[in-house]
Amino acid sequence: MSASTVGDPLVQVAAPARRSATRARWGAVLRTPVGAGAGLLLAAVLLLAVFAPILWSDEANAIDTDSALQGASAQHWAGTDALGRDIFYRVLVATRLSVELALAATLITVVIGLVLGTAPLLLGRRAGRLVTAGVNIAVAFPGLLLALFFAVIFGVGMTGAMLAIGFAGAPVFARLTQTLTAGVAQRDYVAAARIAGLGRFRILLRHVLPNVAEPLVVNATIGAGGALLAFAGLSFLGLGVQSPDYDWGRLLMEGLSGIYLHPEAALAPGVAIVVAGLAFNLFGEAVAKGIGLTTTLGRLPLGRRGHGAADDELPATDPSPEAGSDDAVLDVQDLTVTFPGADGPVRPVRGVTFTIRRGEAVGVVGESGSGKSLTALAVGRLIEEPGRVSAARLEFLGADLLTGSERAHRRLLGTSFAMVFQDPMTSFNPTRRIGRQLAEVAEEHQGMSRSEALARAVDRLRAVRVPAAERRARQYPHEFSGGMRQRAMIGMGLMGSPALIVADEPTTALDVTVQRQVLDLLEAIRREDDVALLLISHDVAVVREVCDRVLVMYAGRIVEDLPTSELGNARHPYTRALLATVPDMSVDLSRPLPVIPGRPVDPAAQPVGCAYAPRCPLASARCIEEDPELATDPTGRRVACWHAGEIAADEPGRAPVTAGEPA
Amino acid sequence: MSELRFEQVSVRYGTARTGLTAVDRVDLTVPDGAVVGLVGESGSGKSTLAKAAVGLAPVSGGRILLDGRPLPTSGPRPVQMVFQDPYSSLDPRMTIGDSIAEAVPRGTRRAERRAEVARLLELVELDPGRAGAYPAQLSGGQRQRVAVARALAARPQVVIADEITSALDVSIQGTVLNLVRRLQRELGTSMLFISHNLAVVRYVASEIAVMYLGRIVEHGPADRVLGDPQHPYTRDLLPALPDTPRPAADDPALAAVAAADPPDPHHPPAGCRYHPRCPIGPLVHSDRDVCLTTEPTTEHRHAAACHFAPPAPEPLPAPVRAPQEVS
Repeated sequence: MSASTVGDPLVQVAAPARRSATRARWGAVLRTPVGAGAGLLLAAVLLLAVFAPILWSDEANAIDTDSALQGASAQHWAGTDALGRDIFYRVLVATRLSVELALAATLITVVIGLVLGTAPLLLGRRAGRLVTAGVNIAVAFPGLLLALFFAVIFGVGMTGAMLAIGFAGAPVFARLTQTLTAGVAQRDYVAAARIAGLGRFRILLRHVLPNVAEPLVVNATIGAGGALLAFAGLSFLGLGVQSPDYDWGRLLMEGLSGIYLHPEAALAPGVAIVVAGLAFNLFGEAVAKGIGLTTTLGRLPLGRRGHGAADDELPATDPSPEAGSDDAVLDVQDLTVTFPGADGPVRPVRGVTFTIRRGEAVGVVGESGSGKSLTALAVGRLIEEPGRVSAARLEFLGADLLTGSERAHRRLLGTSFAMVFQDPMTSFNPTRRIGRQLAEVAEEHQGMSRSEALARAVDRLRAVRVPAAERRARQYPHEFSGGMRQRAMIGMGLMGSPALIVADEPTTALDVTVQRQVLDLLEAIRREDDVALLLISHDVAVVREVCDRVLVMYAGRIVEDLPTSELGNARHPYTRALLATVPDMSVDLSRPLPVIPGRPVDPAAQPVGCAYAPRCPLASARCIEEDPELATDPTGRRVACWHAGEIAADEPGRAPVTAGEPA
Repeated sequence: MSELRFEQVSVRYGTARTGLTAVDRVDLTVPDGAVVGLVGESGSGKSTLAKAAVGLAPVSGGRILLDGRPLPTSGPRPVQMVFQDPYSSLDPRMTIGDSIAEAVPRGTRRAERRAEVARLLELVELDPGRAGAYPAQLSGGQRQRVAVARALAARPQVVIADEITSALDVSIQGTVLNLVRRLQRELGTSMLFISHNLAVVRYVASEIAVMYLGRIVEHGPADRVLGDPQHPYTRDLLPALPDTPRPAADDPALAAVAAADPPDPHHPPAGCRYHPRCPIGPLVHSDRDVCLTTEPTTEHRHAAACHFAPPAPEPLPAPVRAPQEVS
């Protein structure tokens, strides 16, 4: 979908208040099995860390030389050590020191990481670059190597090991912070804050850190698990905690000497390390996964409503003006697109019916969220899971796209159907040459050889007036300008022999001068090869120039279908309002621009009656209660309005009645 | 409100070898209380010029003066900017009230600040009671109005609007344009209004400057630049609007020029920068070699940087003030 103009209907659905959304997401994390398990485990480990030393210190430190180095028994579940102390209790009590040290090391990592990671933002370009380079070098060293190195510097012992592990983790954390903050720092709101005169430090605290906090917290949690393991490792090597203090690593080392006689002494602290490490890591992972999920997709509406029940709510099928005519390239009847939403299925396209004849140019206009792009995607069978497409009829060149094999459809669409997207920047693979990307189509669908396909690609590039086509075919997408890339995209559509080109906002991302070139090209192709065109645009002026017929969409339905030449006499108030809002070179400068009051309908909350009623100057009680059908008049025009053809006295813009007024 | 003047301003990115001069010795004045529209294609340097004025792009040559004095480099900026994309120009984790309050000059007491936020929200036709709302709860048009309120909160002397309607639906675009016109009329704000859409610029601006490849190629009162364009590039922009009729290009040379690609800003053409696309230039008229070698001066009507524009009849007339009021 679009980067700039067309709002994704799903995004609009998933736009509740920020704070409750955040809370809901963390709640959702805890509701997953892994999240719940990890959460419980982590809570248990933390509780043990707090209470075990208070409850069982005496048992853990009671020396009983008579029962030294014993195996497991009812009295000592994990046996005893060289001084006859109970290993089970020692493992429990050691939880506090182990966790404390891990958390302290993580804290050091986080603090140093944050300082280094945000330094480029605070210091300015030159000093920042130095810090970045330093961090990048440090990241290249393995963490454990760094830890050993620091352990030697800080000396053997608890503090040394803590500092060592803390410092060793810092570069990676700093790198992550740097990447995240750099991403946020490029946002316009940070630029706006800077223009508002906020200091760098305030910008960091108010705008940058809150927006990178979530991934950092997740990473720190996982990091704590890593620190715990690293600590156990250092203590085990004798570089960590020293006697008489003990943590799990130290217990493990002491237990290892007698592992063949009584393995419990080594196994008990080993198990503790594994459990605690898992608790931290799994919890971090669960949170990371949960945060990546969008709330909309979190709950599928399966079983909430039967499919039949959902379909009952659909408005009556729009009668098709020329159903099943032989001339039709595309025949769509009652097309509906459904997405699962937080509160049941959302239908951004509801019962759309239209046909396109051979060589006909049909425009689709409407505001963002009106369902025009989704209609195009549905026709091309490009709606991805979890979206669902249903229709009473969906025929392309006489072939039913609803039944039959996926393979056959792919082949048919691959050769006879072309799609041009809005953003020519993202519709090509940046790592492959343009010629090859075009040739691929012919190889795949027409079974051409490599060289044949490439020759055809060059020929097609020439057909879309790419100068020096042979040389250009060997270039990469980034070597093409926007307009040239859009032409190449159209050329890709022409690799087969298309009967229909669907162009979704093909000129929106282009400059006016280039826009004209692309429109001219589409026009020429249509004329030469009798190709039908479905042109989707929010710009009525573009549609008016290129198309024979216009479908006006509002809230997922076609509200008017009329010849382009009749746009001046539109019968639906929405069509008139849409036309009036486009400023052109003859707009009266002494008056305010006409606007459509209110905002488009949220696809998740479609009203019972006419969706346009809340914004319509003609709306009556009937409009609010009953959704008007798309009715066909004798001339073949279709309009869905209870007040079709009426014009309100205060209607904005230059509708026929108001046109006579003095300017 | 005040006058913003760009004097021979250049903005260069990158190194000497691989660099790019996005803005090249631009002279432009935004007179006190006037709206200057800046139009041009993407890559023409219009947004870079705007960024230079608010300190987001490094000025590598020339000066930017506000009422004859250089712009302050720290503290509150007297030049504020409204960005193109209302979806990324507001912090998603901050209420709109906080976002606006943040721009209110430091040292304002809390209660005053709150009152100021309410006043500004009302000024941009939003319910002051929605100050606690998050950007995600607002539509694109409403967000853009919040962005306007934030820019005004800093009590700017000049406001720069960088493509503020191009990310919006046409149906909403009108509300933002009407707001800009109303505010400009009520507050007399000096404004640099950047857009690629001539129809939009025509509606709000009293003067229009046309930018091409880092240079201003034509500049004058809006009605004259649009009614009687002097530079061939301006003339090309006008009929390129989809709803204006244009002559058919029968001449193959003209057709080739019309299909020419915008040049690479890393390697601007020598001489007149527009010559590879110019319908009255050397590719169509073989005797016009001067375009290939010599950069045109602006001593022509509307300061048009074209060798073949008629000379300026007299010194440029004083700029007309904002569009006339409704009688």
